[in-house]
Amino acid sequence: MSSDLQLTKRFGIENSRNIDVARKNGAYSSLEKLFQMKPTELIDEVKKSNLKGRGGAGFPTGMKWSFVPQNTGKPVYLCVNADESEPGTFTDRYIIENDPHLLIEGIICGAWALQCHTSYIYIRGEYEKQFEMLNVALAEARKAGLVGKNILGSGFDLEIWTHRGAGAYICGEETGLIESLEGKKGQPRIKPPFPAVVGLFNCPTIVNNVKTLCHIPWIIEHGGDAFAAIGTKDSTGTNIFGVSGHINNPGYWELPFGMHVPEFLEKYAKGIKGGKLKAFIPGGSSTPVLTPEETEDLYLTYESMMAHKTFLGTGGMIILNEHTDMVRALKTLTHFYADESCGQCTPCREGTSWLDRILTRMLAGEATTRELDMMVEIADNMEGRTICALAAACAMPVRSFVTKFRPDFEKYIKPAVFAGAAVS
Amino acid sequence: MAVKFSDTSLKEYEEVATHYPDRRASLLPAMWIATREFGVISEEVMLYLAELVGVPASRVYEVATFYTMYPRSKRGKYHLQVCHTLSCHLRGADELKQYVEETLGLESGACSPDGLFSYAHVECLGSCHTAPVVRINDDYHENMDLPAFKAKVEELKKQG
Repeated sequence: MSSDLQLTKRFGIENSRNIDVARKNGAYSSLEKLFQMKPTELIDEVKKSNLKGRGGAGFPTGMKWSFVPQNTGKPVYLCVNADESEPGTFTDRYIIENDPHLLIEGIICGAWALQCHTSYIYIRGEYEKQFEMLNVALAEARKAGLVGKNILGSGFDLEIWTHRGAGAYICGEETGLIESLEGKKGQPRIKPPFPAVVGLFNCPTIVNNVKTLCHIPWIIEHGGDAFAAIGTKDSTGTNIFGVSGHINNPGYWELPFGMHVPEFLEKYAKGIKGGKLKAFIPGGSSTPVLTPEETEDLYLTYESMMAHKTFLGTGGMIILNEHTDMVRALKTLTHFYADESCGQCTPCREGTSWLDRILTRMLAGEATTRELDMMVEIADNMEGRTICALAAACAMPVRSFVTKFRPDFEKYIKPAVFAGAAVS
Repeated sequence: MAVKFSDTSLKEYEEVATHYPDRRASLLPAMWIATREFGVISEEVMLYLAELVGVPASRVYEVATFYTMYPRSKRGKYHLQVCHTLSCHLRGADELKQYVEETLGLESGACSPDGLFSYAHVECLGSCHTAPVVRINDDYHENMDLPAFKAKVEELKKQG
C-alpha cells in the first residue's frame, strides 16, 4: 500500500490547482458516496480508521467529531487550521498550493459528518499567496455547485470562507484560533468547556488541521479498515513528513507511518549536511530533542516517539549537525516562544522571557552554573501551569537541550571567582 | 472623520462582513483592507474601524497591537522580513540579519530615510526546507544565501 498516496497524489500534475484538472484526476469523487452515508456512519468509519489529528497533538479525529452535540438548536462550525506556525513545519502550505480542491473536498466530508453548514479556513497571515489560491479554488467550487446551496443536488448546504490571520503563532492553538476568528486577539480559552460544545460564536465547533481533513475523502472511498491497515496499529495511514536544517535534501514526502528514522534520513533526506548528526528534533520545534543514539531505534510513529519521551508532533523534523552550537540554536527557540507568548498566563509570559534572557547572558559569557540549573527549574515551573500548551512547547526543548547537551552550555559559563559571588 | 474607506474598499468590506453571523468578527479582514488602503493602522484609522465594525476602540487597539503584521508605523516600499528561527538559523540566516543591520543600517522595525526599505526580524515563516527565507512585501524568497540576498537588494535599489 506504500505507493498509495492520499494527500499528494495530484502534486506534480500540471495546473493541479485548477478545478477541471483536479476533477479529471479524481477530485470530489468521494462526494457521491458521501451523501449516501449517514453522518454517524461516516464518524464510525473515521473511528475505525484510527485517524489522528495531524496538527501535532494527535487526538483521534472520529472521537473528536463524536463529541459534537447535535441537539442544541445551534449551528455547528468546522474550522480548518491552516495557521501552520510551528517552526519546522511547512507541508500544509503545499497542499494548498498543489491541491486546494482536496482540502475543499475534505471540508465537505467533515461538514457532512458534523452536519455543519458554515466552515472557516483560518490561514496564517504570511501565506498571502496561498490565501488567494484558496479564494480562487473556492470560487471555482462555488461555480461548480460544490460549495453553497444544495451541493450536487444532495440538499446539503455548506458555505466555506477563508479568514486570514495576521502574524501570531498562538492562533494555531484551537481556542486561540476561535478567538481570532471572532475578531479578537488570539488568547486561548480555559477548557472546559471544550470547543466541541462551546466554540466559535458560542456554538459547537470542531477545529481540524488541513491534512486531517484531506485524509477523509480517501477513507470514504476505501473504508476505515483499509486506512487502518496502512502504517502500524497505533499510527495509521500516511503523513507528509518534512525535514529541514543540516540535511542534504531538505523537503517533504508522503509516507506511511513506520519508517525507521535513520533510513528516512539516508534514503529521502540524503544524509546529514556538513558532518555527523548531533541532534534530531522529530516534529516541530516544541518536541523534545533526541541524541544520535536515541534515533538508532526510532521510527516515524506516534508510539516510537512516545517510547523515546518525545512526540511525532507535526512530522516536521529539524536536523542539527555536529558543528551546531546548541546554545545559539536554543536561543532562536526561546526568542520565538518569548515573542509568541500571548501574555495571558504569568508562568508562560515571564518564563519564556526569563529563559531567553538567561541565554542572552550566557552567550555574552555572563551566566553562572546556577543559572544553567535555573533554566530547568523554570521550565519545570512553566509546564502544566498555564491555559494552553505554549509554555510546555517552550519548556520541552529547553529541558531536553540543557540536559542532553549540557557540555555545550557549560562552555559559556563564566568561571566563578569564589563561591556565591557570581550571582549578581 | 477624515479617514474612511474608498467606495470599492467599503463594498469589499461589507461583502466580507456577511461571512460572519456576528459583524464584530470581521475586524481582522477590515484591518487587512485598511492596511492595503492606508498603509499604516494609525489611531485615526483605528477609530474609524471601531465605528465601521461596531466594536469599542479598545478592541481595535488590542487587535492592532497583538498581531505583528498590521503596520503601526510607515513601512518602506520594500519590507524585508528576515526569518531567524531554528531552520533558517542553521542555514545561515544570521548573515542576512547582519547584512541588513550593518550594511543597510536598519534595526528591526526601522525604515530607511529614503523610504525604500524597512526591516523586520520575524519568526518562522513556514518555509523551513528552503531556508533561509526572506519575505519581501508578500513574496517569499527562498534558499537565500548572502550573495543572492545582496543581489536582490541591489536589484530593488535600482528599481527604486
